[in-house]
Amino acid sequence: MIFQLLMDKTSTILTRTKSFFAEIGDMTLFAGRFFREVFSPPFEFTELLRQCYNMGNRSLLLVGVTGFILGLVFTLQSRPTLMQFGAQSWMASMVSLSIVREIGPVIIALICAGRIGSGIGAELGSMRVTEQIDAMEVSGTNPFKYLVITRIVATTLMLPLLIIMGDTIALLGSAIVENLKGDVSFLLYFNQVFDALRFSDILPATVKSVFFGFAIGLVGCYKGYNCSKGTVGVGEASNSAVVYISMLLFVIDFIAVFVTDIFF
Amino acid sequence: MNSEKNKKPVLELKNLHKSFGDNHVLKGFNLKLFEGENLVIMGKSGSGKSVMVKCLVGLIQPDKGSITINDEDIITLGHKELDILRTEIGFLFQGSALYDSMTVRENLEFPLRRHKDKIENFQGTEILVKEALENVGLSNAIDLMPAELSGGMQRRVALARALILKPKIIMYDEPTTGLDPITAKEIILLMRNIQKKYHTSSLIITHDVDCARVISNRMILLVDGINYAEGSFEELSNSSDPQVQAFFKN
Repeated sequence: MIFQLLMDKTSTILTRTKSFFAEIGDMTLFAGRFFREVFSPPFEFTELLRQCYNMGNRSLLLVGVTGFILGLVFTLQSRPTLMQFGAQSWMASMVSLSIVREIGPVIIALICAGRIGSGIGAELGSMRVTEQIDAMEVSGTNPFKYLVITRIVATTLMLPLLIIMGDTIALLGSAIVENLKGDVSFLLYFNQVFDALRFSDILPATVKSVFFGFAIGLVGCYKGYNCSKGTVGVGEASNSAVVYISMLLFVIDFIAVFVTDIFF
Repeated sequence: MNSEKNKKPVLELKNLHKSFGDNHVLKGFNLKLFEGENLVIMGKSGSGKSVMVKCLVGLIQPDKGSITINDEDIITLGHKELDILRTEIGFLFQGSALYDSMTVRENLEFPLRRHKDKIENFQGTEILVKEALENVGLSNAIDLMPAELSGGMQRRVALARALILKPKIIMYDEPTTGLDPITAKEIILLMRNIQKKYHTSSLIITHDVDCARVISNRMILLVDGINYAEGSFEELSNSSDPQVQAFFKN
């Protein structure tokens, strides 16, 4: 009895592992198709601009508010600890390095995974189950180019910009706390920020955010484009897009930190 | 139908096979559609009608068999050639398949964006869009979103979109499914008028007997993946075969 239960569990785990790796393989092929088709005409510039607007402009408020609260809370929480060691003058350096190098890109990418990744998954998924993607193909438009490539390029371009904006607003939030609590002027605070930040801090974070954007677009599009099982499938596509993107973001972050550590 | 022997088919399917895993959907289906003809394919739900029609437009690759449209074997065609051939085919999807992020106008303009030569051959985009909407009696819906339209109106707009490139062949996948009887009748009459106006050849996939009665010149019954019976509506509806009769009995 116990042996049978163990066998069943092992079999389930093996099946799930197999399907997970099969999905990773499919996703890699999907990415391969993206690189094959992205540089070949026709180019869908109008749709690309529309997607950039949808993903960039319409995420501004969410990213702005998140960044502001992030900077505010991070500074408020760190202040008492730094004061214990009489190191409050290090606040600007510590906050700026943490936010620019790590916290800002990761948190904003996770927020965008929820907003943009799930949105892409649901939109393409619903287009798939209502045969809109088939209709596009029948009308002589390559749906992969029109729907997938434009979205992946848009997220890849927009995410670094959103992260730079989010980081800036987070530092502003931090500066406000320092100004109110520690009587540090904005000029002094930002002088300390720019003194602390090096090119080697900003460049890897920006490059990393390009990969974050690509991952969000790729997984969202993959899940939506290959959606099946009707409306239930749309929900699953949207949900699993966020789960996969979140996992992938941490993997990319780990690799990025590892590589940065070697080169910078 | 006697003249069929002298006519050349605009669309021909030979020995079409398609399976999904162990599920053998099509097992050697054959079909010929002649110019100006309305051919109705009837079959039970899940009999492979939609799979067959999707094979015809290259959305699904068949496992075996040949599909010839205007003397071109679509299975061997490349993407570009297939896209050009698709301008000769209009397709009305079962659920209309209107792009819900676009207005009616944008939905109709969409097939034109990759076929500028067609616009030059005819008139400007605006004129084509207006003409297509007038054909389906929805000129005043041009700036509405699909979500603002009723099911019947959506089907009409989808029909207008299928017509915009003035195709020679129109394929209808369950054109009356999900519509009330009155709207379904309107759509059937609209299909008949369009066929008369543009002299198109139509392939209609349906299990609606009323639709078949009004519109068909010839019918094929698809049962178990093969052509089970073929003939005019009268011939089939008077058949003594119990499987054929099952389609016509309410």
